[in-house]
Amino acid sequence: MLEKALKGSPRYWGTLIALGLVMALGLGFWLYQLTFGMKITGLNRDVSWGFYIAQFTYLVGVAASAVMLVLPYYFHHYKEFSKMIILGEFLAIAAVVMCLGFIVVDIGQPQRMLNVLLNATPHSVLFWDMVVLNGYLFLNIIVGWTSLQYFKNDMTPPKWVKILAIVSVIWAFSIHTVTAFLYAGLPGRHYFLTAIMAARFLASAFCSGPAILLLLVLCLRRLTGFDPGQKAINRLAVIITYAMCVNIFFFLLEVFTSFYSNMPGHIAPFKYLFTGIDGHDMMVPFMWTAVVLGLGCLLFLIPTPIRQNPTALTIGLIMLVIASWIDKGLGLLIGGFTPNPFETVTVYSPTVPEIMISLMVFALGGIVLTVLWKIAIEVRSEVEGGNLSMVPPPAAE
Amino acid sequence: MKSNRREFLKLAAVSAMGIGAARLGFLGDAPAFAESVPTAANFEEGLKAKHWGMAIFTAKMTPEMNAKCRKACHTEHNVPDIAGPKEIKWFWGANFEESFPTEHGHYLSEEIEHRQFPLLCNQCETPMCVKVCPTQATFQRPDGIVMMDFHRCIGCRYCMAGCPYGARSFNFQDPRPFIKSFNPLFPTRMRGVVEKCNFCAERLAIGKLPVCVEAAEGALVFGDLSDEQSDIRKALREHFAIRRKPDAGTSPSVYYIL
Repeated sequence: MLEKALKGSPRYWGTLIALGLVMALGLGFWLYQLTFGMKITGLNRDVSWGFYIAQFTYLVGVAASAVMLVLPYYFHHYKEFSKMIILGEFLAIAAVVMCLGFIVVDIGQPQRMLNVLLNATPHSVLFWDMVVLNGYLFLNIIVGWTSLQYFKNDMTPPKWVKILAIVSVIWAFSIHTVTAFLYAGLPGRHYFLTAIMAARFLASAFCSGPAILLLLVLCLRRLTGFDPGQKAINRLAVIITYAMCVNIFFFLLEVFTSFYSNMPGHIAPFKYLFTGIDGHDMMVPFMWTAVVLGLGCLLFLIPTPIRQNPTALTIGLIMLVIASWIDKGLGLLIGGFTPNPFETVTVYSPTVPEIMISLMVFALGGIVLTVLWKIAIEVRSEVEGGNLSMVPPPAAE
Repeated sequence: MKSNRREFLKLAAVSAMGIGAARLGFLGDAPAFAESVPTAANFEEGLKAKHWGMAIFTAKMTPEMNAKCRKACHTEHNVPDIAGPKEIKWFWGANFEESFPTEHGHYLSEEIEHRQFPLLCNQCETPMCVKVCPTQATFQRPDGIVMMDFHRCIGCRYCMAGCPYGARSFNFQDPRPFIKSFNPLFPTRMRGVVEKCNFCAERLAIGKLPVCVEAAEGALVFGDLSDEQSDIRKALREHFAIRRKPDAGTSPSVYYIL
């Protein structure tokens, strides 16, 4: 089926070339980092993880978006998702590729990366994160590719594919839980040190991941005419809405625990993020934007008539994605490391090279996604005889 | 058999160092040795303990004394002199609030409030950095010392996130140009790896005390915490001492006598 990626419209090639150029530009900055070291980043002694690891954390969430389709499809036989499911699985592949990319660019000695395998250390959560991420990548490649192959040949996928799909559902929960455990067990970082971290990760993943998937699908519908079905879109939007409500609720639980207990260490990160400490208030506008967009998107998503309006749905989803990205892609990491172990503030903000290198990884994910979705759409178009919308042709008179 | 082999390796390493130094001398800019190269005999006299620890007479640690110890440590271990938030620190000083942030001591005596407390790796009994390290580049010796294998570290900086004491530094850039006086008896590091205080394990191996202890003229007491007769246990028996962030559950081996 790979040959389907080799023929395409100028728009398809234009997208790939544009993403390739972004990647090449970012690659230059990565070579710069490899030559001069991570001094080109805004990271420092006190904030040892930053933008890269934050994007990794956010994309682990995007990788889970497939679960919200695979789970109803395989566990509850919700057949409406059948057209979107492959897109979800392929998005998961692209997201995990980006996750691994962000880990690679974050490591000070990338050529020693295999040390994690050579010296497998079961008491380190990072070791398990590597295991579950790579496992999830392979599961999605095998399940997605094989089921597409069988679909192309108009055959029912073999039983082992279904079993692997079910395994991948459970596995997706593990990538979140284990990634949350990376943070949740650290005694010196109060913003991370919370039992609800894994649950928060799942809630935020199950809203932001499917939201990105749905936005991409709506975009695809406009560009190619591929229609996953209005029923499927509506159902996924409902799932996203519930997950976002849970996500906000979990965040408020953290706020209550910190402020009612009055534990200084637990309050400090919230203060830094939402009001600033000692005049260091760089994060304040971002965090309040997240609050406004996070609550605001619910106005678009909760009332059913508004949610079912395509424009309102798109606006709501974009608001949700921005809010959850600020919360997880900026706030979680920066709040966790500030104030530092000496209860003073060391300011971190990503540098231009850091952002360019991140764009490189995002562009890589974009290329993987474009190629995989192209294949999926072409296969479907071939099977359905070029009728992507799958509305039955008008009966002959 | 095994001990013979170790003996041979020790001798080989030591003689290689000696020959290397002698041969390279003619190159002109070979660094002068601060002290003579240790011989196999020195390794026979290595200091041993069940659990190494340090007690600090904080009243004796004046800012000058702190600076002296810091200089001794940083020179001994080729710690680069880099300014700003990407600096490398093995031994440094901070005020009470920064050193003991969980104490929240309002109404401190002015003298204690302005006292400079020496900070270094706490060599914890249950070190979080060892637990989180994915390659065992950070590991703990049976005598309690938490060590770094600079050659195995992949630079993931998880140990920095895990350490509740901010004791670890990352080489964001090549440290070598920032080393003022080079000590050929201790390796320099490369860019992209983490480093920290190692309780001078390389000096203990040849029967010497940590270099900061030597420089501190009695303000720092070093010894075996599991030996009731040791100087450090005597100091802790006779004076009130606290540890940094006991609530982090890592059980530091560094005690501060107030």
